[in-house]
Amino acid sequence: MNQKILNILAQVPDPEVPVLSVLDLGIIRDVVELGDHKIEIIITPTYTGCPAMDAIATNIRIEMAAHGYGQVKITTALSPAWTTDWMSEEGKQKLKSYGIAPPLPKQQTCRSELFSEEAVPCPHCNSYHTNRISEFGSTACKALYHCQDCKEPFDYFKCH
Amino acid sequence: MKEHLFKYTLHLADNALILGHRNSEWCGHGPALEQDIAITNISLDLIGQARNFFQYAAALYGNRATEDSLAYLRDARDFTNCLLTEQQNGDWGKTILRQFFMSNYQSLLYDQLQQSKDEQLAAISAKALKEVTYHLKWSSEWVIRLGDGTDESHARMLKALNDLWPYNGELFIPAPYEVQAFEEGIAPDVKTLKNNWLNKVATIFEEAKLPVPKEGFSQTGGKTGLHTEYLGYILADMQYLQRTYPNNTW
Repeated sequence: MNQKILNILAQVPDPEVPVLSVLDLGIIRDVVELGDHKIEIIITPTYTGCPAMDAIATNIRIEMAAHGYGQVKITTALSPAWTTDWMSEEGKQKLKSYGIAPPLPKQQTCRSELFSEEAVPCPHCNSYHTNRISEFGSTACKALYHCQDCKEPFDYFKCH
Repeated sequence: MKEHLFKYTLHLADNALILGHRNSEWCGHGPALEQDIAITNISLDLIGQARNFFQYAAALYGNRATEDSLAYLRDARDFTNCLLTEQQNGDWGKTILRQFFMSNYQSLLYDQLQQSKDEQLAAISAKALKEVTYHLKWSSEWVIRLGDGTDESHARMLKALNDLWPYNGELFIPAPYEVQAFEEGIAPDVKTLKNNWLNKVATIFEEAKLPVPKEGFSQTGGKTGLHTEYLGYILADMQYLQRTYPNNTW
């Protein structure tokens, strides 16, 4: 993929978690140059019903236009399905400093046993003495946790 | 246009939309803030899945159909969702049990549909499966929590079970478009999903201290557009804006 275009995309934030760029999220699947400054950008949604996807497509167009790419075709691809494993390491660090626990590696944590809780370290004090308040949080991609040591509640970007 | 592929896709869309809409009625009324957020998040996933199926159905249909025209401008007789999805929310226990039955079904169905010869249905299903797996886990835990909870919660689960059980059979009785889709390798034979579905119910009910009812009379008709009295009210609510102000947008 063209590094120059990727550098532009690195400036487009996720509207719900603005500390992450669309590149950090891993939702940019391909950039195809169609010649004559026309490009096609292939994105994939995080969650099927994520309401941020329309805003993301608009923000990509605006940022690309600001850099001289007036004709941008945005295509949504569903397959292969997005996974938190595609989030960049840099993105995970940014999430943590923003106060959101980053997703743990999928193989380690995506369990189907009932009543199991992932051992999620608190993004504030790094304690593993945390408990889950709810499997669902403020957005489709997050769960709610609480730290028993520093007593802070926090969002966990759940593995998917 | 392949008519049965269109009908089959629309059936999948209607199931997701109507259950999603039912769950969304809890928004602001959940028994606790976290669970209010949970059930509305599940709605969001389901309506998102419905959008993917409707967009695909609209593309198959052509003739200026859109996801919105399919969702908002069809009458009850044209909806082919299973009767289970349109049943009233009742109390939290009934909503949970309906979700558990349906997530259990969707998880088995999408797992098979991932292998569909139809690439778009396979892609939508593979993505939806990840979300449905989470819904199944959440609703299973709640069935256990309420079934093996207090006398009150147990009694309410028994009542919900009594109300909902007759609607489960329909899930596994194929409509003509499902038979055709199966014969072409587009969809699984829903009859073959029944055993695994029942096994899951038995496993969860054992922990929940709930009895697995005997198979009995099944209420059917939803898949071919013959609905319970509830669907009309859902559509009146859901379609009101587009019916009253056609083509209005935000």
